Amino acid sequence: MSAVAHIPLTHPRLPRWAPWLVTAVAGAASALLAMSIGWGVTGWAVAAVLIYTVALPAWSRVVENRRAAKDRLLTTLVWVAFAIALIPLVSLIWKVVEEGAPALSAEFMTYSMRNVVGEGGGIYHAIMGTLVITAAAAVISIPIGVMTAIYLVEYGGRSKTARTITFLVDVMTGIPSIVAGLFAYALFVLFFGEGIRLGIGGAVALSLLMVPVVVRSCEEMLKLVPHDLREASYALGVPKWRTIIKVVLPTSLAGIITGITLALSRVIGETAPLLIIAGSTDSLNLNLFNERMQTLPVFIYYSYTQPGVPPSFGQERAWGAALVLILIVMTLNLLARAIGRYFAPKTGR
Amino acid sequence: MSAPVMAGKPKQRRGDLVFSGAAKTAGLLILVALAGVAIFLTIEGAPAFNAPPSALGGKANFLAYVWPFVFGTLLAAFIALVIATPLALGVALVISHYAPRRLSKSLGYVIDLLAAVPSVVYGLWGIGFLGLELVPVYEWLEQHAGWIPFFAGPASSTGRTILTAGIVLAIMVLPIITAITREIFAQTPTLQQEAALALGATRWEMIRLAVLPYSRSGIVSAVMLGLGRALGETMAVAMVLSASGVVTFNLIGTVNPSTIAANTVLQFPESTGLKVNALIASGLVLFVITFAVNFAARAIVARSEKGLK
Repeated sequence: MSAVAHIPLTHPRLPRWAPWLVTAVAGAASALLAMSIGWGVTGWAVAAVLIYTVALPAWSRVVENRRAAKDRLLTTLVWVAFAIALIPLVSLIWKVVEEGAPALSAEFMTYSMRNVVGEGGGIYHAIMGTLVITAAAAVISIPIGVMTAIYLVEYGGRSKTARTITFLVDVMTGIPSIVAGLFAYALFVLFFGEGIRLGIGGAVALSLLMVPVVVRSCEEMLKLVPHDLREASYALGVPKWRTIIKVVLPTSLAGIITGITLALSRVIGETAPLLIIAGSTDSLNLNLFNERMQTLPVFIYYSYTQPGVPPSFGQERAWGAALVLILIVMTLNLLARAIGRYFAPKTGR
Repeated sequence: MSAPVMAGKPKQRRGDLVFSGAAKTAGLLILVALAGVAIFLTIEGAPAFNAPPSALGGKANFLAYVWPFVFGTLLAAFIALVIATPLALGVALVISHYAPRRLSKSLGYVIDLLAAVPSVVYGLWGIGFLGLELVPVYEWLEQHAGWIPFFAGPASSTGRTILTAGIVLAIMVLPIITAITREIFAQTPTLQQEAALALGATRWEMIRLAVLPYSRSGIVSAVMLGLGRALGETMAVAMVLSASGVVTFNLIGTVNPSTIAANTVLQFPESTGLKVNALIASGLVLFVITFAVNFAARAIVARSEKGLK
């Protein structure tokens, strides 16, 4: 009897503040090390993380047990991975804003690069080209994408056609953007001859990249619609197609619009296909079916790699255009989420 | 009194026929488009297979022309995945299990922002910032780890090496892998997780016993999708890499392998005639490789899904 009473029901734990204490100790120890050897901030941070990663599990191993130590080690590693992943994002945004902000001005946003050598000029032609080509790509791919998703979820079931389409849409998600550009070129060259550059070609290439994204996100959203809703509608004698339009689509509208907007934000920054089929020009061109069109990503590429003499002006314009492009993409992303929240079906929660 | 007899097939409404027909046409159009990619690339790429060496950068035949680019493509993608996969799994775990629930949604959004940044901006950042920052690291590697063939040097003074390109690619594929894996981690049945915790498992043991086995196929497919993106990513590599199209395992040197995509986009604007055909044919090779990768990924996923049921 007495032997049982001596088995402790709890095992010793580290206090709640243990991670913070180890953080402070690791930071201080690493600061000492950094000062004595002469490292910069980077060296200090790396050493501090290393000391923490070793020290906390070691302490835990002594006080707690092996399993708890392993848990603490993995917790640390997982958070370190997260921090490392954030470094490039922060650095990239900081760098683009720092280099790009000085280039922004009213002239930069409203002038094209026509007859500009050296200083001045702007990205109006590139912004308009990007908007026109992306809009054309959206017009092509949204109906195809949404209808395909409807077919897969509502009509296809587990039929062979539906499974083939699902599989090939998955494969299409993996098509490299450059291949889409080459496809558009190979298609248009058959009709218009060698060296063809057309805005609509860019739109075709972009929609090849956009359709699978739209299909996948719409499919997921349509699948989320509860089956009870469809059954209720059928029970009231509503035809299937009206059930889809009046019940299924409105229920999933928020998700669908979010998916489409995210797909747009993905293709609006595509460079390679446009470089190949839409080409590059210094003038404003709004006609999809005539001659080259400039787009923002292509403008960034050429401004940085072929900046002209002196190179500083071209490179400054490249960073400025990059900042504008990032702002457009971020706006689309925020918009997607806002729309998603605004149109979300009222769940009563 | 007998129940009314429902005879024959239910009446097909015209609206239903039109709508389902339109939906099916859209689906089939996608199949046509995909077939079109293969067909048109083959038509325009075919002349390159017996093109003279002048159109193939001096190489005797098309295979010799495209092999160094295939090598570079695979090498860069491999580097990217080695770096990105563990980080992405860590990030996904933070968002799904480690972060406080209130925080996790905004953390997920921050990672999604990484995916939103266009590749040309990554290229700009890689060439104008990351490469320069990495130069001292490469010099250190050459001095202290030069006996490893990967770091033989001489170290590049601009930082525009295949390793830099691989790092940039890793940053670009990380959000893709994270987005898929975190969805699957979050879908792990709560009961299984709580059962593990109730039996006294630590949080890591719970993840290893309940979460990871459940999401194995999802992780594989996520990594494969990341691989597909890394293989085909064009602009970041084209801008970051100072490429000379050699076959070498030296990751930090001044001469670097090029990738199919980067080579195509660099050469295309100035190419005419058979050179264009050669580039399109190399695009066809890239298409076949990515198709094979995706095919394999889907096959693995389908098999493991069958195993779970």
